[in-house]
Amino acid sequence: MNAVLTAEGLKKSFGAVTAAANISLAFDADTVVSLIGANGAGKTTFLNMVTGYLKPDSGRVVFDRRNIVGLSPRQITKLGVSRSFQVPQLFQTLNVRDNLLIAESIAGANDPQAATDAALARFALKPYAHQQAGLLPEGIRKLLDVAMALSSRSKLLLLDEPTSGVSADEKFAIMDVVMGAAREAGVTVIFVEHDMDIVGRFAGRVVAFYDGGIIADGTPDTVLRADSVRRYVIGDEVPHAAA
Amino acid sequence: MKALAAAAVAFALLIALALLAPQWLVFMAMLALAKGVVVLGLVVLMRTGLVSFGQGLYFGIGAYAAALLSHQWHIADAAVMLLAAAAAGGLLAALLGLLLARYRDIFFAMLSLALSMILYGLLVKSAALGSTDGFNLHARTFFGIAFASGMERRVFLIAGSACAVVAALMVHRLLDGHWGRLASAVRDNELRVSYLGASPYRVVYFNYLIAGTLAGLGGALAALAVGHVDPETTYWTTSGEFVFIAILGGTQSIMAPFVAAAIFETLRTIASQYAPNVWQMSLGLAMLAIIMFQPAGLWSLAERWRRSA
Repeated sequence: MNAVLTAEGLKKSFGAVTAAANISLAFDADTVVSLIGANGAGKTTFLNMVTGYLKPDSGRVVFDRRNIVGLSPRQITKLGVSRSFQVPQLFQTLNVRDNLLIAESIAGANDPQAATDAALARFALKPYAHQQAGLLPEGIRKLLDVAMALSSRSKLLLLDEPTSGVSADEKFAIMDVVMGAAREAGVTVIFVEHDMDIVGRFAGRVVAFYDGGIIADGTPDTVLRADSVRRYVIGDEVPHAAA
Repeated sequence: MKALAAAAVAFALLIALALLAPQWLVFMAMLALAKGVVVLGLVVLMRTGLVSFGQGLYFGIGAYAAALLSHQWHIADAAVMLLAAAAAGGLLAALLGLLLARYRDIFFAMLSLALSMILYGLLVKSAALGSTDGFNLHARTFFGIAFASGMERRVFLIAGSACAVVAALMVHRLLDGHWGRLASAVRDNELRVSYLGASPYRVVYFNYLIAGTLAGLGGALAALAVGHVDPETTYWTTSGEFVFIAILGGTQSIMAPFVAAAIFETLRTIASQYAPNVWQMSLGLAMLAIIMFQPAGLWSLAERWRRSA
């Protein structure tokens, strides 16, 4: 297996807070990896360092055999790293179709109109095509945010809490659509998630963050059962004697 | 195609106006056209969510560029003046845009205002350029063809109409496609634009460049109409007038700036004729009425009428 993305010794601190303490991770192609951890554990900081929004204090991020530390979000996006946001980042005054059309045009699709229609179908957004993005329900906004991120040139898709702010009964439907589209596009997916049912169902590998470091890394079965993860991430009462 | 037809009709009407109307109306039409071209550029900039309170800078640069050609180098060809003015506006915008494209909102507006006032200060102090009085320009030919006296302004109006129609069509094509959507995208959410792989800075920069070029062209048109330039062209009230006209017309259509500029000139002429002491107040009341009752500009009336028809 060749790694699509490799992080080597990433360090980042904000004053006295360590958001990343020497993080090294490799992500294989065509896998679905979930990053879990309590708030402030360093998951989003990791995404922000990978996408160029934050510059790590030290360490390397290698994407497609190239060190991308120091590149801007725009340059990294152009290389094929796409991301969605915890709070959907849309063009509020434009309709859904124009939102996607802009994304496909920037991504350099051969036929942006056709690519937009395909994206509308793939993400089940056709009924909303002519509605203004700012007025959509949250679940649809989340879907649109991912749909805009996943363009024809995406190789790696980073999702920051794709189901946060969405009602419990909608979560699985949304993830089904997102993961189906990602599989169809053949991209590697890394997603940050707090809902362990979603993690268990969709991730092939789980990485648990705690206090800027990694405390567990493996299949969902092993990671979600590990005592440290149950105590620090999930918040179960784990008797110390058993730990 | 519809835009092309509208442009052809507008051009034909303007030529008829240039050939048949009395001199005072030709003069007014030219001023309206000059301001319309400047406001067209402002509308392009407003698509990215930015308002420049300093388009007088480029308006003045265009006017002075045209006048200097006549005054310093004795070039009396109106076509050369128009081209040179647009180029001068564009060049300066290309330079200042490097700085301004980094700023947004009130910072962009104030910085553009400040830059225009710097030019105003320079012009007022420079005795060689006539200081506050300015100086005259004389254009006697157009593309090398001399015209009979009394016909100058009529020919200039036709030339200005051609420039305005071509500029409006180009802007229409630009804003109707990907670039127009991208500009709206920058206005709505720059973070997302960056994370799609495009540069908001570049979009703002090029739109600023377009606005500067068109304002330079408008400045030369106004200078040709008046036959005189002075520092007032770069003063902040001149810049304010352009913003006024942009709000009056609205930003939905490329026709709106020209219609609004014509209404503005008419309003001002009537106001200063019948209420010479309070003409500014008349304009102020008109602005108030627009903001209260028609915040999307007068053009939204035309849109509504078309939809109900």
